[in-house]
Amino acid sequence: MHLPSVWFGLIAVLFVGYLFLEGFDYGVGILVPFLGRTDQERRALVGTIGPVWDANEVWLITAGGAIFAAFPDWYATLFSGFYLVLALLLAALIIRAVALEYRSKDDRPQWRARWDELLVVGSAIPAFVWGAAMGNMLHGVPINAQMNYVGGFFTLLNPYAIIGGIASLLLFTLHGALFLSMKAPLELAKRADQAAFRIGWLTTLFYFSFVVLSYYFANLRVRLGVDPGPVPVLAGFCMIAIRFVLQRGLRGWAFALTGLTIVLSTISVFLTLYPRLMISTLNPRWSLTIYNASSNGYSLMVMTIVAITVLPIVLVYQVWTYWLFRKWVSMDDAFHY
Amino acid sequence: MTVVGLARLQFGVTTIYHFLIVPLTIGTALQLAILETIYWKNPTPKMRALLDFFGRLFLLNFALGVVTGILQEFQFGMNWSSYSRFVGDVFGAPLAVEALAAFFLESTFIAIWIFGWDWVSPRLHLWSIWLVAFGTSLSAFWILTANSFMQEPVGFVLRHGRAEMVNFFALLGNPQLWVEFPHTEIAALATGGFFVAGISAVFLRKGKHVEEFHLSFRVAILTAAVASILVIIIGHEQAQHLIVSQPMKMAASEALYHTSSLHAPWTLIAWIGPVRQVNRFVMAIPYTLSILAYNSLSGRVVGIDALQHLYVHRYGPGWYVPPIVVTFWAFRLMILTGFLMAAIALRAIWLEHKGILLKASNFLRVVSWSIGLPLLGNIMGWVMTEVGRQPWIVFSLMKTADGVSPTVPMADVWITLVGFGGLYGILGYIDTRLLIKYVRLGPEANEPESPHPPLFQVVNPTDS
Ligand code: HDD
Ligand code: HEM
Ligand code: HEM
Repeated sequence: MHLPSVWFGLIAVLFVGYLFLEGFDYGVGILVPFLGRTDQERRALVGTIGPVWDANEVWLITAGGAIFAAFPDWYATLFSGFYLVLALLLAALIIRAVALEYRSKDDRPQWRARWDELLVVGSAIPAFVWGAAMGNMLHGVPINAQMNYVGGFFTLLNPYAIIGGIASLLLFTLHGALFLSMKAPLELAKRADQAAFRIGWLTTLFYFSFVVLSYYFANLRVRLGVDPGPVPVLAGFCMIAIRFVLQRGLRGWAFALTGLTIVLSTISVFLTLYPRLMISTLNPRWSLTIYNASSNGYSLMVMTIVAITVLPIVLVYQVWTYWLFRKWVSMDDAFHY
Repeated sequence: MTVVGLARLQFGVTTIYHFLIVPLTIGTALQLAILETIYWKNPTPKMRALLDFFGRLFLLNFALGVVTGILQEFQFGMNWSSYSRFVGDVFGAPLAVEALAAFFLESTFIAIWIFGWDWVSPRLHLWSIWLVAFGTSLSAFWILTANSFMQEPVGFVLRHGRAEMVNFFALLGNPQLWVEFPHTEIAALATGGFFVAGISAVFLRKGKHVEEFHLSFRVAILTAAVASILVIIIGHEQAQHLIVSQPMKMAASEALYHTSSLHAPWTLIAWIGPVRQVNRFVMAIPYTLSILAYNSLSGRVVGIDALQHLYVHRYGPGWYVPPIVVTFWAFRLMILTGFLMAAIALRAIWLEHKGILLKASNFLRVVSWSIGLPLLGNIMGWVMTEVGRQPWIVFSLMKTADGVSPTVPMADVWITLVGFGGLYGILGYIDTRLLIKYVRLGPEANEPESPHPPLFQVVNPTDS
């Protein structure tokens, strides 16, 4: 077994889990003030993700830790390179979490309205940043021979990345709307459905623009050929299928399909990168790969043993919480948030 | 200010903030677990209201612990990328294990605890708060494993210009870890004890809900007393280890410019003069430094000048003396808080034993104020530990100045310093306001606008 490849795969799994799970959290956060007209309605909306969002976020934190442990150079280059973007992302995550926790700790309407605004901002920024980050990862960034990023903040904000950001923002919002249509009280679920219809076509548009641009900017053609293989194609099919399924009122299926789109697209990004971790636009030889950026065999082995023993347990109790809180949220529940 | 100085300041500010909250969470989680065990054995509505009350305060703090922690996970890469490349092989592993083993556990079971009152059996509910308490301590263990490596590198070899792990169990058996973890952990338990006792004292003094708060007070003050004494004892162990592992830190914390006499006194207070290397107005207690260092009335403690000589010889030219004034006072303040904590907790137990605690209104006020003592002690401990390790970022292997990210511009560090500093400041203010508000409301408080009647009017089903 080639351990660096295993860890590349594990990190991909962590990102898949994070983007799938926090994807709908972000979507719900963005939609709260738009779908909920009264405060009680908004509480019900937030209540749908109440028991799960924190654990969902841990997927990201674990991915960060795993990158550090398995590919220290990737960790160093990525986070010192994307410094301000990352700071923005982290600030958004902080604000979002606090908005969730503190919004209902006071009953003044202005207080709650203010936190709801911050919840939208704090959810929209990460939803945007991840798409933009994927774009930059696929396209490559200026990295020098010492593995240091030498671009600036605006190098990262190129049009291609922005399209990617908008695509992921919309996709997560759609994912959140469909999640709400399954979990929220009936009246709100209907509104979520309508919202899904309204943003669905925009999402499709931006998603495919990003895919097409990727062929051009990220040299996807060179990497994958005209026929990119089953995973990306399937991702595209899922994206298209969402609308048809939704028209027949199959909400569960529609949610599964946005989920699959997110999962398969994330896998496609990692497949395109492999075995590279970060592509240098200055000189292909300066790219970070799983060979030149990984930890030594011993620590990878230790980490593998730990991951194999702990990860299944974590999965079991995470699935179990979802099952525990599986019921529809109802308007006369006692809300914590 | 240099980029290194700025990056240090930024790291220090954000981490201190995180650590102001973290011990509170660790300690309060244990208090809640104990209180819920009592409730589980004898579920009365009053006890439930008490539990909900402390639960609300706990969750306010927990939220801040979580959000300030998110930044921590990524900070090493942002500001200390050269450091991350150098130690990632060794240092990343405990960090990843912390997330995998501890953060998932905490975040999942805290949710079951918050939302599960009507969904899971009382036994499972009790289990979940114990698992949260366990998870918070587990996360402390793993992060301190990582930190101990910076204080005392073990289980690695230098290869290709970086530290590579060769023995994971050496990391787990790091002698530094086995003084650092118990000390920090038990200090955290004391922090939680003082928090719960201090809040309970507010109600005892006002004569409100005396029955419930008397119970929580007794539980908490007992924890606080035991933990405060243990912290002092383990702190003493730590000092003895420090003499061996990082003698320079000890010398700096004592402002000991020249090797001490055979019977070393411990300086209580002094006006430190690092430039001319003389201290004035010294008040010292005879023999005590020898005792602190060697458990014996005699024993020389090596001074800064001798160590500086030795280190130049060993590590090459350079200045190996950490900031003396800061470490000296941090050490003194930590020890002061330790003794004050032990004294206050023991006095409370004495008054309780005599049965006159509830009348000692002024003393109860002191207990409430002493919530701040362990918080100060925790921070001063870390300031001594981290500042005293300078100029090293990894002791004897890498200097702090070499660990900084080479390509991050100064302006960017300014942005994150001011940005996160300001953000944390605002959040801390809001948190404090909400804490005060919920304490004022007391156990009768209800989540505003909840469709349910106040909890303690609901007859507990198991009660009748
Ligand atoms: C409530 C908090 C608290 C209290 C009352 C004390 N400490 Fe402490 N101390 C800490 C909280 C702390 C800490 C935050 O937990 C530190 C920082 C890192 C660590 O290992 O523990 C620490 C570090 C620390 C160190 C540095 C270890 C190193 O750098 O490796 C020493 C020598 C002591 N302590 C000694 C003491 C003594 C002799 C105390 C007796 C009065 C004492 N501490 C009370
Ligand atoms: C794994 C755990 C930790 C690591 C890896 C770590 C690492 C570092 C690093 C890289 C710096 C910057 C260099 C320096 O100026 O010293 C630093 C400074 C500092 N750290 Fe730690 N630290 C850890 C835990 C903590 C904790 C939990 C605290 C608690 C508050 C803390 C307190 C500080 C302080 C106060 C400074 C500023 C020191 C100064 O300005 O000289 N550290 N630490
Ligand atoms: C400087 C190094 C540190 C890093 C990188 C770090 C990382 C983190 C992260 C990412 C979280 C949030 C987890 C979540 O979202 O659920 C967190 C919270 C927490 N950390 Fe730290 N931490 C550091 C220092 C410490 C220390 C020294 C301790 C204990 C002594 C500690 C104990 C905790 C606890 C108890 C929480 C509670 C809140 C929670 O669960 O999530 N941390 N930390």
